[in-house]
Amino acid sequence: MGSKVVIACDPSLRTPGPGIDSSRLLKLLDRAVPMEVWKQVVRPGETVGLKVNCLAGRGISTRPQLVDLICERLQQAGVRQQHIVIWDRLNADLESAGFRIATRSGGIRCIGNDVLGYEEELTAFGSAASLMAKTLTQVCHVVINLPVLKDHGIVGVTMALKNLFGAIHNPNKYHMNVGDPYVADVYMLPPIRQKVRLTICDATTAQYEGGPSYMPQWTWPYNGLIVSQDPVALDHAGWQIIERKRAEQGMKPLKDVGREPRYIATAAGPRHRLGALAPQVEFR
Amino acid sequence: MTGYAFTNLIWDRRSFLRLPGLAVARAAPAAENEAQFTAEAQFYEKLPHKKIKCKLCPRECVIDDRERGYCGVRENRGGVYYMLVHSRVCTAHVDPIEKKPFFHFLPGSLAFSIATAGCNVNCKMCQNWEISQARPEQVRNMHLPPRELAALARQNQCASIAYTYSEPIVFYEYMVEAADAAHAAGVKSTVVTGGYIQEEPLKQLCRRVDAIKVDLKAFSPKFYKEVVNGELKPVLDGLVTLRKQGMWSEIVYLVIPTLNDSDQEFRDLARWVKSALGLDVPVHFTRFHPEYLLKNLPPTPLKTLERAKAIADAEGLRYVYIGNVPGHPAESTYCPKCRRAVVQRVGYSIEGVHILKGKCKFCQQSIAGVWGV
Repeated sequence: MGSKVVIACDPSLRTPGPGIDSSRLLKLLDRAVPMEVWKQVVRPGETVGLKVNCLAGRGISTRPQLVDLICERLQQAGVRQQHIVIWDRLNADLESAGFRIATRSGGIRCIGNDVLGYEEELTAFGSAASLMAKTLTQVCHVVINLPVLKDHGIVGVTMALKNLFGAIHNPNKYHMNVGDPYVADVYMLPPIRQKVRLTICDATTAQYEGGPSYMPQWTWPYNGLIVSQDPVALDHAGWQIIERKRAEQGMKPLKDVGREPRYIATAAGPRHRLGALAPQVEFR
Repeated sequence: MTGYAFTNLIWDRRSFLRLPGLAVARAAPAAENEAQFTAEAQFYEKLPHKKIKCKLCPRECVIDDRERGYCGVRENRGGVYYMLVHSRVCTAHVDPIEKKPFFHFLPGSLAFSIATAGCNVNCKMCQNWEISQARPEQVRNMHLPPRELAALARQNQCASIAYTYSEPIVFYEYMVEAADAAHAAGVKSTVVTGGYIQEEPLKQLCRRVDAIKVDLKAFSPKFYKEVVNGELKPVLDGLVTLRKQGMWSEIVYLVIPTLNDSDQEFRDLARWVKSALGLDVPVHFTRFHPEYLLKNLPPTPLKTLERAKAIADAEGLRYVYIGNVPGHPAESTYCPKCRRAVVQRVGYSIEGVHILKGKCKFCQQSIAGVWGV
């Protein structure tokens, strides 16, 4: 996929109630991530970590329903259940988003970083120096990053790059200066940079203001998935979606409210080279 | 932050477990007893949409629901701001007060020294980063409520409790309650801090504790921005507030090769202390050891420390020390009038005290400080 960003949407994704139609969601996922992509990204025998984003509870977190479907497709691509680990910062965060904690090996595991803890040696790049979550360093060979599409009250937006703050022990230290260059620096930490192979952004529900907490008045049903192997390209594309929605709602651009996510450009710059700023977007 | 090398958390916990009287302090697996460590924060402002603004330190973090501030130990829960380290002690030692260092506060006494996780800055030279840069859930903790802490201090013959090692400002509510309990038990309280705190909480703190040592990490805003992740001005303002409040204060300046060791910076510092705080505030120039994110720099050469002291002496400061150099003559306190040693120190040991009722025994010159319980 390179720096290509795939955006797949289905306006009829929702059931009459508040839920999502699982069969339509699966079709959407298949349009966004065909089987050949799964087979390129993961190899049998590798343990695959699914890094979800659960801080905001059920309202605006990675949907367990989507994660279940991803697990299904991973297994069809040859990954065994015991080689799949759903993870985020805390068990409590996972539970608040509707995941069920599962620590036993033998099936799909679902664990917060508080289960295994953090490494004792620092890993550093630029402004970032952190202890890495053992789930990432000792359990996962590969990570599929599963952020959500949302506004962030300090760093502008939070998607692919920012979601990996959930892999370090001290994310609270890296929100200054609208997250620049911290977000890009954290993503450069070797266990992150080397292991994340794909990002699938859950944009079934998106939020254009008031994040990272769930603010229902500022969410809208985008009914889509945004997929890329390039976190910079994905973040740039997602940011533009949020900006368009803000404009549509009569809100100022993030730049005008002091929250332009400059870290995205930094991540594309010569020191990081994490991806491309001008993504090639394909709608499916 | 004290010049004390905090090398091993496990060892540290074991030493804690050996402290006399520990039966009153119970080990508390954090996840099981979260509520007993949680107290509503004292200084914050409620904002719309369940956000809050922290008003404890100058950073003024604006924090979303379920998020924490920069310090990592204060959390917004549904629009109410909580500190998560009340009575949540991750390290405790009985130290000589000289180790803090306080050189003009009850010399030769012991300080029951404690810390919780967390810090509101992130100094690249931090010696205790394993606890200061951690969240409370990421370190081992003991439950040590204020009255039990005060009782432990007494049982261990400590004249004071020192809130130290990490950054006591982040466990402010616990510290002030502990200080009250300590006073009731006849034990004083001292604070070892980076001084990055807002004026109002600092003023209130001054009414509860007995001495404050401030780590003035440099005398340049650039250093504070790049090495400390903080700001110089609020720290200087805080030192002036301490002076106005009549709080006994000492300053430590960790001298780091190439980063804050120029003659000009030493001179600017000394002149500022002289004009803003007066000649009697002790200033300790201490030796840096490579730690944390500054392992690429060498320890401070002794000559640099001696140069710093000479500059401060020349500006007229009365009590200028060299620290982290055991056996150096500049560890001792000299009478500013007759120049004789009135407190003789070797390392953390006191070899002799020649002060009577706050005056030099030899010439009756007043020696600034707190000399008797």
